[in-house]
Amino acid sequence: MKRIAIFLVPLLAFAALCVFLWRGLSLTPSEVPSPFIGKPAPAFTLTQLTDEQKNFSPKDMQGKVWLLNVWASWCPACRDEHPMLIEFSRQNVVPIVGLDYRDQRDKGTEMLQEMGNPYQLIAFDGDGRVGIDYGVYGAPETFLIDKQGVIRYKHIGPITPEVLTKTLLPKIKELQNNA
Amino acid sequence: MIPELGNFSIMLALCLALVLGIFPIAGSFSRNVRWMALARPVAAGQFVFVTVAFACLVSCFVTNDFSVAYVATNSNSLLPLYYRIAGTWGGHEGSLLLWVEMLSVWTFAVSLFSRQLPEQTVARVLGVMGLISIGFLCFMLFTSNPFERMLPGAVDGHDLNPLLQDFGMIVHPPMLYMGYVGFSVAFAFAIAALMGGQLDAAWARWSRPWTLVAWMFLTLGIFMGSFWAYYELGWGGWWFWDAVENASFMPWLVGTALIHSLAVTEKRGSFKNWTVLLAIIAFSLSLLGTFLVRSGVLTSVHAFATDPRRGAYILIFLAIVIGGSLALYAWRAPKVGLGGRFALVSRESLLLVNNVLLLVAAATVLLGTMYPLFLDALGMGKISVGPPYFDTVFVPLMLPVLLLLAVGPFVRWKEASFAEVVRRLRWLALATLIFAGVAALSFAPSPLTVMGAAFSAWILLVTASYAIERLRHAPAGMPLWQRIRREPRGYWGMIVAHAGVGIFVLGVTMVKGTEVSNDVSMHIGDTTSAGSYSFRFVNFEDNIQGPNYIAKRGTFEVSRNGNIVTTMTPEKRNYVVQHMDMTIAAIDRGFTRDLYVSLGEPGINGAWVVRVQHKPFVSWIWAGCIIIAFGGFLAASDKRYRLAKKRRAAELEQAALPV
Repeated sequence: MKRIAIFLVPLLAFAALCVFLWRGLSLTPSEVPSPFIGKPAPAFTLTQLTDEQKNFSPKDMQGKVWLLNVWASWCPACRDEHPMLIEFSRQNVVPIVGLDYRDQRDKGTEMLQEMGNPYQLIAFDGDGRVGIDYGVYGAPETFLIDKQGVIRYKHIGPITPEVLTKTLLPKIKELQNNA
Repeated sequence: MIPELGNFSIMLALCLALVLGIFPIAGSFSRNVRWMALARPVAAGQFVFVTVAFACLVSCFVTNDFSVAYVATNSNSLLPLYYRIAGTWGGHEGSLLLWVEMLSVWTFAVSLFSRQLPEQTVARVLGVMGLISIGFLCFMLFTSNPFERMLPGAVDGHDLNPLLQDFGMIVHPPMLYMGYVGFSVAFAFAIAALMGGQLDAAWARWSRPWTLVAWMFLTLGIFMGSFWAYYELGWGGWWFWDAVENASFMPWLVGTALIHSLAVTEKRGSFKNWTVLLAIIAFSLSLLGTFLVRSGVLTSVHAFATDPRRGAYILIFLAIVIGGSLALYAWRAPKVGLGGRFALVSRESLLLVNNVLLLVAAATVLLGTMYPLFLDALGMGKISVGPPYFDTVFVPLMLPVLLLLAVGPFVRWKEASFAEVVRRLRWLALATLIFAGVAALSFAPSPLTVMGAAFSAWILLVTASYAIERLRHAPAGMPLWQRIRREPRGYWGMIVAHAGVGIFVLGVTMVKGTEVSNDVSMHIGDTTSAGSYSFRFVNFEDNIQGPNYIAKRGTFEVSRNGNIVTTMTPEKRNYVVQHMDMTIAAIDRGFTRDLYVSLGEPGINGAWVVRVQHKPFVSWIWAGCIIIAFGGFLAASDKRYRLAKKRRAAELEQAALPV
């Protein structure tokens, strides 16, 4: 009996895979409760992607509502998201700060040259340490941070026009109207 | 008229596939010889009708029939003829038809070259392939028909995606699909063997050449894809761990394990269960790859039009084919038995380790590819897992494989002496260590580079010494050519493929470890450098007319130590129909280095952002792949597989003689 059980393993593993694939078909990007929401954005100091001489810290943005967008040149979903970000940045609603996550400087710079730059500035997180502090699962992810430096919202996955109009923009407006 | 003819052919092919999938298999169990005898002619008929359908689609593209929706989305009257033909498989529906065409080709080939097989086996093998064919033909007819008309017809087409307008598009998909679909033969053989409960050396011998040929095509297909990405995407990368690349790489890894495992089953009768399982997994991963690419569950640079209905269909089909075969496996495999025993130190053990490592490597790639989907299914959003994961996990798994790959041929079957292996290899090991030391002091900047170079030196040295040893082992005075001919081709195939791996590893190591890339903003007359080369921006032209694009072209003069080496002309093209910009890099290929120049974006007052790269040993990556594939070809063409056929033919002739 035990011998036969071993031969069932491939079948069971495949069945489990099918369940995930099935759910995957009907799913859309969704939001997750993050333990970081409502907490102050973890402090860090990183060099900027475009200029190694300049630094960036979240406290530089104190007093503003801003977006921290985690991206990387190796991430296809970020490339999908990029045109949307560029369009959004043209509307000048909030400053968008990029966090180039686990990337190489030249590759990141190149992607921006190729596809345009929606960011006010980009912090370079080559070894992904800041990403870990922020609980980044992967890229892209976007954090909405308020005037006091508290994380108010986190979106996992590309920002779509729908996410922007239905979720992000109302939250941004609300935060901007608060003192 | 022609689209309707194509549509009708697909329906007829489906009818024949139904006959092929039902009667021969049923006949093989009820011993109905007539039903079994249907297999060959029906396979031929299916091949004819699918090929007619394929020819119809090609003809729609050639004659610019934009009343066919698929042609209108993937072609344009300005498109050159060869791209119009390649456009046939430029989108979802057409590449599906290509898939089915390949399947019918393989089925027909099996029906032709299976004269030496028992009738029962042929009926089952062709029947299983017929069943797979039913699934794909239905998929095409019900969810993605390439011949669907559009009323009213378009005036002109939407054009083939400019990224796909390249020589690579003409050869890469057919090669890749030949490989993918080719594993269906090994799969069908495995299922047939499970149905009959007969898994023996003969079964392994029949499967081997088919598997080797499929594997060779897959190797070439992946190589073509990588080679294409390298020059087409314009940023000098050659492998991105993208979901679609992984989809082709996973069957390759398992296929590699399979061809080794088949060798053990044929020679020693061991690993039977294992080999059957690998055959099932290799083809399952090909199907899974198709699912991932077509269903749009994963975000990818290759993503075609996505449609959840299609995804659901493929998933159900996957569940039936893979689930069914794994269930059959769970039911029949326990009775197969273990086969020949072997000691802890033996070639069997090494091959088992190699198999397990390759399978685990495939599993980690699968995990990395599916991880975003798992998270999504658990409600954690869509994300990408990128090269950082794959580089960290995949490389350590491959290192022992590379180490053992060289040693394997030195170890005897059944039982080997560890001390003897050490004695035979100690000088080569020392030489490798010395090489590593020299590398560390001269050209290799990091420990990883030293290690990669040392592994490749180890593979090349040990493989070469093994080949020399075998050549010496012949009667004195025999000419070299005869000495080479004396050894079976399967044996040379192994040596060549292993040497190819050595060359490939060296290429990858050198590119990863020592490439130099430099992004600068340049005006005409400026000079920049990469490695020991300097690049002078000498000229810039605007508004160059191509057949269906307008280009800007920069001219760069490359020199080294003051001597002019070459002139390079990267372009920036705008494809007029889709208003899409493309970067066309200029590449100067060499034996030990490639130079790579691409134009970025125009900056202020006539400056251009330019990327210049010095990429050492890139050509070795390509050469390695081609040599590996050639090894597969040599092994597949081994006399042994043909001899069996001749012997059988002679027997038939004798039987036909009047007594």
